[in-house]
Amino acid sequence: MQHIRAHVLVCGGTGCMSAGSGKVIENFKTEIEKKGLSDEVMVVETGCHGFCEHGPLVIVYPEGTFYCRVTPEDVKDIVETHLYKGRIVERLLYHEPLSLEAVPSYKDIGFYKKQERRVLANCGRINPEAIEEYIALGGYEGLAKALTTMTTDEVVEEVKKSGLRGRGGAGFPTGLKWSFAKAAVNEKKYLICNADEGDPGAFMDRSVLEGDPHKVLEGMAIAAYAIGSDEGYIYVRAEYPLAIKRLRVAIAQAEKLGFLGENIFGTGFNFNLHIKEGAGAFVCGEETALMASIEGRRGMPRPRPPFPAVAGLWGKPTNINNVETFANVPLILQKGADWYCTCGTEKSRGTKVFALTGKINNTGLAEVPMGITMREIIYDIGGGVINGKKFKAVQIGGPSGGCLPESMLDLPVDYDSLISAGAMMGSGGLVVMDEDTCMVDVAKFFLNFTQSESCGKCTPCREGTKRMLEILTRITEGNGHDGDIELLEDMAVNIKDSALCGLGQTAPNPVLSTLKHFRHEYEAHIYEKRCPAHACEKLASYTITDACKGCGICAKVCPVKAIAGDPKRKHVIDPIVCIKCGACMAACPFKAIVKG
Amino acid sequence: MKSLEDLKVLREKLQADIRVRENDGTKIIIGMGTCGIAAGAREVMTAVLDELAVRKLKNVQVQQTGCIGMCEKEVLLDVVRPGEPRITYGNVKPTDVKRIIADHVINGHIIEDLVIGKMDGGEI
Ligand SMILES: Cc1cc2nc3c(=O)[nH]c(=O)nc-3n(C[C@H](O)[C@H](O)[C@H](O)COP(=O)(O)O)c2cc1C
Ligand code: SF4
Ligand code: SF4
Ligand code: FES
Ligand code: FES
Repeated sequence: MQHIRAHVLVCGGTGCMSAGSGKVIENFKTEIEKKGLSDEVMVVETGCHGFCEHGPLVIVYPEGTFYCRVTPEDVKDIVETHLYKGRIVERLLYHEPLSLEAVPSYKDIGFYKKQERRVLANCGRINPEAIEEYIALGGYEGLAKALTTMTTDEVVEEVKKSGLRGRGGAGFPTGLKWSFAKAAVNEKKYLICNADEGDPGAFMDRSVLEGDPHKVLEGMAIAAYAIGSDEGYIYVRAEYPLAIKRLRVAIAQAEKLGFLGENIFGTGFNFNLHIKEGAGAFVCGEETALMASIEGRRGMPRPRPPFPAVAGLWGKPTNINNVETFANVPLILQKGADWYCTCGTEKSRGTKVFALTGKINNTGLAEVPMGITMREIIYDIGGGVINGKKFKAVQIGGPSGGCLPESMLDLPVDYDSLISAGAMMGSGGLVVMDEDTCMVDVAKFFLNFTQSESCGKCTPCREGTKRMLEILTRITEGNGHDGDIELLEDMAVNIKDSALCGLGQTAPNPVLSTLKHFRHEYEAHIYEKRCPAHACEKLASYTITDACKGCGICAKVCPVKAIAGDPKRKHVIDPIVCIKCGACMAACPFKAIVKG
Repeated sequence: MKSLEDLKVLREKLQADIRVRENDGTKIIIGMGTCGIAAGAREVMTAVLDELAVRKLKNVQVQQTGCIGMCEKEVLLDVVRPGEPRITYGNVKPTDVKRIIADHVINGHIIEDLVIGKMDGGEI
């Protein structure tokens, strides 16, 4: 066997795969073979790097050269120039969005520099279908340590000490949750991993499952040992076929090496894992609905108490945590709670993975230390607002979260600061909005999502969100009237108090936070029939400027004959007749029609 | 697998296979400019890889570089041990490789008669 001198890591995550990385991998194999380098260069398929927008990504080691948007046709060049002759293929390097500088090395890219990749450390670095690579980076040491050197009490204590809080939304202290399930007396207990990930735009859990599935398995095995469970379920949405495939491979490998199954590490501890595919609605991510779904019933929430720790799956004591929560656990056991606490804030320890989207230069997954400011995330990691536009707001926490204005950009990102600012961590969705975004429209978008996902079991959520949505729609269409704001606020508070599950209880949040920080936009819509962002079509007004040459083309395309004027003279639009279709603006050859 | 120790032994073994992704340890850098390849750089490279395989030196990184303007002295081969200056050897033949690896890479003795340059701060 020869010395393998170079590893070519090709991203095989969902994003890059859909951009064609399958063919890229194939071409690497044939081109490397052609050049006679098969014995010295290895091609590795990895999971997602969180930078899917630039995919397919290829990283060549030992140099750590980062190539992006690599097409199957580019592969030949990389093999001949880089792998054969040792020269970087400049044209495929990543360019910083602001300075336009080419960055050859993975570790120097702005998007990654301020990140603290703990949970995602292995994502994009190892082959997720090779347990050997996970072990090589310290995998399963946390489990070994817990099982062979610690009592179950000590494990729970260590997790409590780490300050880990649930990453699935509510931020409940994980160690405390485990202690409840541990205290429950029953010969059968279940452990569940919530991988339903229903928030629009969120894909952090998918990335972890695709890129480092063993980390989740290890975290689950540690939790099962701590609470005294011998059977677990991973509830994954069926829309994640690659994650499911990688999980199946990982479970089989872990069983083979004795990290799952019977008599793990010779300690007599058994733990068996099943995968349950959920093709369900958003509400199936709610823990009681999720358990109903595993049991084969319709995924609908039920009132708590009893909490899952007392009566969960099939009535047995059950502990349920999110994917990212479990993925934090191996590190805590392997390196200790004290090490874990070196990152984050007093009440929010460790890191959080965010999905950056919206009007931002670098979109993708970023893992940051808790307590980092929103400004650092948006500008240093996200590269600022796209097209040099002005920042307006950031929506954090998905449909349950809230919108924060520019004045709050220096807010530290942790569970409690976000709550007191009227937003929430949620699962970590982060949508950046620029000056062209209408905040009433944003509130409407999220409410529309929760409204259509409401399971309908309880009235406040089923009827209330529908009524609120009607009011918002009316406001954006210019039919809002005095009292609407107060009515929205009133309903929001009532729904929050009386809805049965978290979906209804948090659904009004986007409305409340935009009312709090962008009330003037609501007022402009209602009282001045004007959308300050010029986003609401029905409130737009079209006017003809002096650039008009009187060609009459606009008058011809106008479906309601709202435009009049003599030939070769400036035309005018009758605002009362105009239905704001925009056809004239598109048709004017002199760009003389503006929207205001 | 019965203990943390068993796992650590396995880890040590497996670690070597992905060492290339760490970019640490001793580096051997071979000049792969057009003239380097014409002068036999590929053959030197193969000899290096063979020797590293025979000696199971999985923590040694082999990198390549383009032309550095010393074409008459090709094949060029640099050795950088962590914390030591970057040593450039010139006119390297495949037969020199065993000696470079045994003396310099493993034992840290520079082979003076082949050296054509030294450079501090060889961090690349
Ligand atoms: C409507 C709704 C949807 C939810 N969706 C998810 C989800 O997709 N993934 C998740 O981990 N938690 C979700 N949760 C939170 C879970 O109910 C539960 O709190 C969480 O899985 C607990 O794990 P953690 O303590 O590790 O955060 C949702 C809650 C509600 C109310
Ligand atoms: S709050 Fe909404 S989603 Fe939750 S139970 Fe009630 S109707 Fe269903
Ligand atoms: S926006 Fe449409 S309706 Fe209004 S003037 Fe132009 S073409 Fe006519
Ligand atoms: S799938 Fe390749 S970076 Fe996300
Ligand atoms: S429908 Fe229930 S709160 Fe609106």
